[in-house]
Amino acid sequence: MSNIATLTRHPTYPMLQAKNLWKKYDDNVVLERLNISVNTGEFITMVGTSGCGKSTFLKMLLGMEEPTSGKLLLDNKPIPNEPDQSRGIVFQQYSVFSHLTVLENVILAREFEGSALFGKLFGNAKRKVVDEATLLLESVGLATAINRYPHELSGGMKQRLAITQALIRKPRILLLDEPFGALDPGIRADMHQLILKLWREHNLTVFMVTHDLSEGFYLGTRLWVFDKLRRDPHSPDAYGASITYDLPITRNKIMPAELQTTQLQEV
Amino acid sequence: MKRLINLTPSKSTRWLLGLIPFAIILILYLFAADARHIENPSDKLLPSFMQMGTTLNTYVLEPSKRTGEYLFWSDTLSSLKRLLLGISIAAVIGFVFGLLTGAIPTVNAPFAPLITIISLVPPMALLPILFIVFGLDELSKVALIVIGVAPFIARDIQRCTQEIPQEQIIKAQTLGASTWQILVRILIPQLFPRLINAVRLSLGSGWLFLIASEAIAATDGLGYRIFLVRRYMSMDVILPYVAWITLLAFILDWLLNKVSHKLFVWHYQGAK
Repeated sequence: MSNIATLTRHPTYPMLQAKNLWKKYDDNVVLERLNISVNTGEFITMVGTSGCGKSTFLKMLLGMEEPTSGKLLLDNKPIPNEPDQSRGIVFQQYSVFSHLTVLENVILAREFEGSALFGKLFGNAKRKVVDEATLLLESVGLATAINRYPHELSGGMKQRLAITQALIRKPRILLLDEPFGALDPGIRADMHQLILKLWREHNLTVFMVTHDLSEGFYLGTRLWVFDKLRRDPHSPDAYGASITYDLPITRNKIMPAELQTTQLQEV
Repeated sequence: MKRLINLTPSKSTRWLLGLIPFAIILILYLFAADARHIENPSDKLLPSFMQMGTTLNTYVLEPSKRTGEYLFWSDTLSSLKRLLLGISIAAVIGFVFGLLTGAIPTVNAPFAPLITIISLVPPMALLPILFIVFGLDELSKVALIVIGVAPFIARDIQRCTQEIPQEQIIKAQTLGASTWQILVRILIPQLFPRLINAVRLSLGSGWLFLIASEAIAATDGLGYRIFLVRRYMSMDVILPYVAWITLLAFILDWLLNKVSHKLFVWHYQGAK
């Protein structure tokens, strides 16, 4: 396990912990008996069949869903129950604002921060955040697209923008919900380099949902496989999924034999 | 030969095909009017273009003997004033209620059912109440347009607000936005083109309410005039007025569309 984390902080507890976490919707058990702990700086990739709870878990990390029972702790305190600027998110689509240009999309977070009333900055204050955003946009290769609207961007550029936008307010955690699922393989490889670079530079803790097992192995420092341990064929909702494999990934990235034979649909 | 469903006329053919029905209607009218005038040279039911021209001339160019006003223009002015005032107020009210009920669940709970019910009340049935409460002046006519149009706009904007992807609202929160900031920076700008669209759709019923209220109680206005001259079977006034109202409606619609395309390029290009 790569532990950039412990170099920067020395907490006596892990950054994120789940303690016997359950999530149910009425009788439908989505997640059960989830116990994990995550340190700062880890890059966690989550794979599993659809409906196995990985997106639900991401929503809990985001604060959109609350555990039915058990605990989800951030810095040893219950995780905030609504989205905030400590946790950035990039979705597969609709992540950027179509009515704002690339630059406006990126400075938006700073404008929310600096102007409670209008959510908009003017004059010197604006110039400062524009400079900051321009630097950031240059570092992700969007310098030439600064004044374009999202509909004028390719899918890959849109996701670059979505990531940049999420980073300007310096979140500690970055959540990625299948961010590269809709991209061409070549572009996807570029995006992998970008996300690894940003992860290192910004000292992020990343949680990424993906359908692509090899992507999960390539990017992550730790791979989680969500699956059901117990099944009742007559009542498929009776048991929830849990993390069935929690694999530290070393840099030589050898896929364990047991996973090679695991059937992962939609991979 | 391609299938009918795959045949698309070129731009010039489109124009031509579009003009043909108008030409046919015009020619049919001319023939019918001519036939009637051969029987009875002073026929009033299908006036010739000459007759309409002469009458319109006195309405447009000569001051009225009674009031000294140019009737055509003063009618147009008072009707447009009522319509635009009514539609503007309705747009503001509809936008505010639609936005808030669409975006904020605790506002939706008390107000959404109310708006739905109000929108089901036939506005014309309320006209007597408006006359009793607001009197027979301008206010009741504007109020009728507002009551008729605002609930429609509110429901339309509410639906549009709820159609804005949830991802955007969540993303804004992860960028640190408050509820107010989400409203002013994310929702309101994205809803403006949709508001213009809702206004365009509601202009038709706006005209309906305007003309109905003018027909019942007014002393000027386009609707007042056509209902006034109906007593004398003055089709030579009614037909040009109807054409004029249609033209005004067309121009308003066209203007709103142009403005919207000009201001909100991202809305039209960005859709999918």
